[in-house]
Amino acid sequence: MKLELRGITKKFGDFTANNKIDLLVEEGKIHALLGENGAGKSTLMNVLFGFYDADEGTILLDDEEVVFAGPGDAMAAGIGMVHQHFMLVPPFTVAENVMLGHEAVTGFAKILDLDAARATVRELSERFGFHLDPDAKVEDLAVGAQQRVEIIKALSRQAKVLILDEPTAVLTPQETDELLEIVKQLRDSGTSVVLITHKLREVQAVADTITVIRLGKVVGTAKPTASREELASMMVGRDVSMTVDKGTAKPGDVVLAVKNLSAKDESGHEQLRRVSFDVRAGEILAVAGVQGNGQTELMEALLGVIPTTGGKATVDGEVITGKSIGDVLMSGVGFVPEDRTEDGLVATFTIANNLILDLYGIEPYSKGLALQPAAITEHAERSVEQFDIRTTSIRATAGSLSGGNQQKVVLARELSRPLKVLMASQPTRGLDVGSIEFVHKRIIQERDAGTAVLIVSSELDEVTALADRIAVMYQGQIVDIVPADTDRETLGLMMAGAHGEDAA
Amino acid sequence: MTTLVDAPVTPAADDASARRRWAGPIGLGLIGLVSFIFFGIGSGGGNETTFSVARQSDFFTIPTLTVPSQLTATALSVIALALAGLAVWATLQRRTLGWWLPVVFTIAVMGSLLTWAGAGREGTNVQITGLLTSAIVLSIPLVFGALSGTLCERSGVINIAIEGQLLFGAFLAALVASATGNAYAGLVAAPLAGALVGALLAIFAVKYWVDQIVVGVVLNVLVIGLTSFLFGSLMRDNPNLNQSMSLGRLPVPVLSEIPIIGPVLFNHNALVYIMYVTVIVLHIMLFKSRWGLRVRAVGEHPKAADTVGIKVNRTRVRNVILGGAIAGLGGAFFTVAAGLAFGKEMTAGKGFIALAAMILGRWSPKGALLAALLFGFADALRLQLGIMGSPIPSQFLGMLPYLATIFAVAGLVGFAKPPAAEGKPYKK
Repeated sequence: MKLELRGITKKFGDFTANNKIDLLVEEGKIHALLGENGAGKSTLMNVLFGFYDADEGTILLDDEEVVFAGPGDAMAAGIGMVHQHFMLVPPFTVAENVMLGHEAVTGFAKILDLDAARATVRELSERFGFHLDPDAKVEDLAVGAQQRVEIIKALSRQAKVLILDEPTAVLTPQETDELLEIVKQLRDSGTSVVLITHKLREVQAVADTITVIRLGKVVGTAKPTASREELASMMVGRDVSMTVDKGTAKPGDVVLAVKNLSAKDESGHEQLRRVSFDVRAGEILAVAGVQGNGQTELMEALLGVIPTTGGKATVDGEVITGKSIGDVLMSGVGFVPEDRTEDGLVATFTIANNLILDLYGIEPYSKGLALQPAAITEHAERSVEQFDIRTTSIRATAGSLSGGNQQKVVLARELSRPLKVLMASQPTRGLDVGSIEFVHKRIIQERDAGTAVLIVSSELDEVTALADRIAVMYQGQIVDIVPADTDRETLGLMMAGAHGEDAA
Repeated sequence: MTTLVDAPVTPAADDASARRRWAGPIGLGLIGLVSFIFFGIGSGGGNETTFSVARQSDFFTIPTLTVPSQLTATALSVIALALAGLAVWATLQRRTLGWWLPVVFTIAVMGSLLTWAGAGREGTNVQITGLLTSAIVLSIPLVFGALSGTLCERSGVINIAIEGQLLFGAFLAALVASATGNAYAGLVAAPLAGALVGALLAIFAVKYWVDQIVVGVVLNVLVIGLTSFLFGSLMRDNPNLNQSMSLGRLPVPVLSEIPIIGPVLFNHNALVYIMYVTVIVLHIMLFKSRWGLRVRAVGEHPKAADTVGIKVNRTRVRNVILGGAIAGLGGAFFTVAAGLAFGKEMTAGKGFIALAAMILGRWSPKGALLAALLFGFADALRLQLGIMGSPIPSQFLGMLPYLATIFAVAGLVGFAKPPAAEGKPYKK
């Protein structure tokens, strides 16, 4: 089915998320929609999917204008979507999720025909080699499997246009390759595919046509043969260097030493199992791994957010496990949390106050019981300048900042203390390319100043760009620690549990 | 070849959290101990308790059962203590036991209590059949209320207004029955009253995103005020608009003749039979039908439901109104089913107990029925003890089942997971 969008405009209040976007998806082609986070790709697809009403513009299917009142209409017209945040009901089974909305029923009471749904799931998962149990509960499935449920859900409705919204964000490199194969298979069977992504590698691997979106506007189309630099500069609007400039590390003494550290999550499952590693002064150890393999717990256990059940960690020989979070921070640990809006900032506080969240109790920011506004203001102004935080005022709330600037606030706060160890989880998640460059540069500066740096990232590109050594985590254990120049293939296999020497 | 790290796959998090919960087992142990000391030993040696199960009008006559008080009460207490021990063991083993345990435990303690209460009373029998029958009758508003709550919350809307829906149902049932001279007309009017309150809740909670708890509380206050005003003005000026109207008893042929079960289950008025049917139909519909699947999807993950073309807010509005109607029907219990005239604030908090029954019943109609029966039994017990007379104020004894329930909910049943999206308005 041929799909055409003409002059789509979608506004949220004063903010124009999509500005007169034209898009043409040919039948049986993979059309990549490339753009940075926040460029308006997902909004556009939600308009197409009938989830948002467009303010202007028309949608044409096989040259006929269509109007979707809701996702139900879009699906009936043959448009399927695999959402970035899966649209699955966790306590339902695979079969129930697949049938939801177009259930096969029997009798006057419309009793569900679950056998029919199971058969559909089996048939489709066989066709694509998915190995899905129709009676498994979705909440018990791994993310990769959940995504397959989403794909089957769309295909079970005879989708002729399949939209995939950032489908690889939660996958290992191997799973990503598998998915891209599936996408090609779908194309060859005549399905049109819209692939929304900000990852150039994927675009080059499978796309037939590329449309680049920036700040809600189409900035151009490109051929998949275009170089990564060309695509990146279209996406960002200026030339960007695809590599992080960093000199060779000059590792000093061991600063952070972790020995056999174990921890359990809130529900008592062991998420961290006898993890050991060292980080030396002046080097970056990056922890790679698919989300949910214990990286979050590693950081939280080191900081003292969750209690450890075994092992210990030391900073300069001083034990930090078992101490309060405040003591850990004061012993020279800087921490950039995974979720800056949830754990890194108080959104309703001003930027100035957010910048002293961990320092408010000490001089010069407070004396006795009173805060010292002058010192706080001066500190904030200095940080805003040093870290290039784009804001109208230090009195603006942290919530009013863009993601990149919020992250700069967090970073500025953590780096304003003399640090021995910097721990950062997903330091550039959801940031634009410009902010990513900035954050990376600051982290490397910190390394060169002699701080031991521990990074957790599920973006393999980020890991390879920053790391001096790479530790790969799988199911709460460190599979191996390998040099930074280890190739992606090997890392990918290790992320699925294979040991370094075997993977290579 | 690649070797995989030797690691078992992390088991999926079951909803019974692996953290040990001691409140349940400890509570059960304490209650068992109280039962043992007070009812078991306290029954006094040599006394006898007489249980009667049949009435003279029954087709079969069953002789009364006389047992030695102390032995029986002690034995039942020991059973209760054994169950408490089992709960402790299960907690140590990090296992969860089914809800049968608190139920059997409660029955054992109640049996012990009744044996003690009837100990050494010549001529005063413990009326088992009567007790169970009144348990069914007293659970009616709780069952309907809990069903209403279940329907609303399964679609993602918290219904605190059950109390108001019951009260308005009771009011309109009495008014319409009196005006028309037909109790059944009142039975038809009651759900309309509840639906009206439900519709108000739906408008504010679903359309205007007002906090659902606040709207619910406000609606309760509104209904109390409105019915009290009309009771004091309209009904006082026209006494013929508030008469005692009664749905007659409709014994089910044959079934009602069965000993014990017959009078307990099948010798009631129409509302009780409607209750049976409603529970069964709703349970099947909610878990087996297309409607139910969609409702549950809306309550768990409304956006997912929306993306497959289910109208989230429409589903919610419908469910809240339907839930209101069911609670309103339950309100008919207080007036036309009980054969009473309307009285100010006559629902006396039953709507809130119904909410507790809904949670204990884990948001399922079947569970709601069982939980409501447990609470109904508690009420019946209090009444029976009041009639028999006992040294301890019956109000205190009536608390026992509730205490058992609190401990059961706290520890034994495990953490019951409410629908994920309840209380959250759906905004795109």
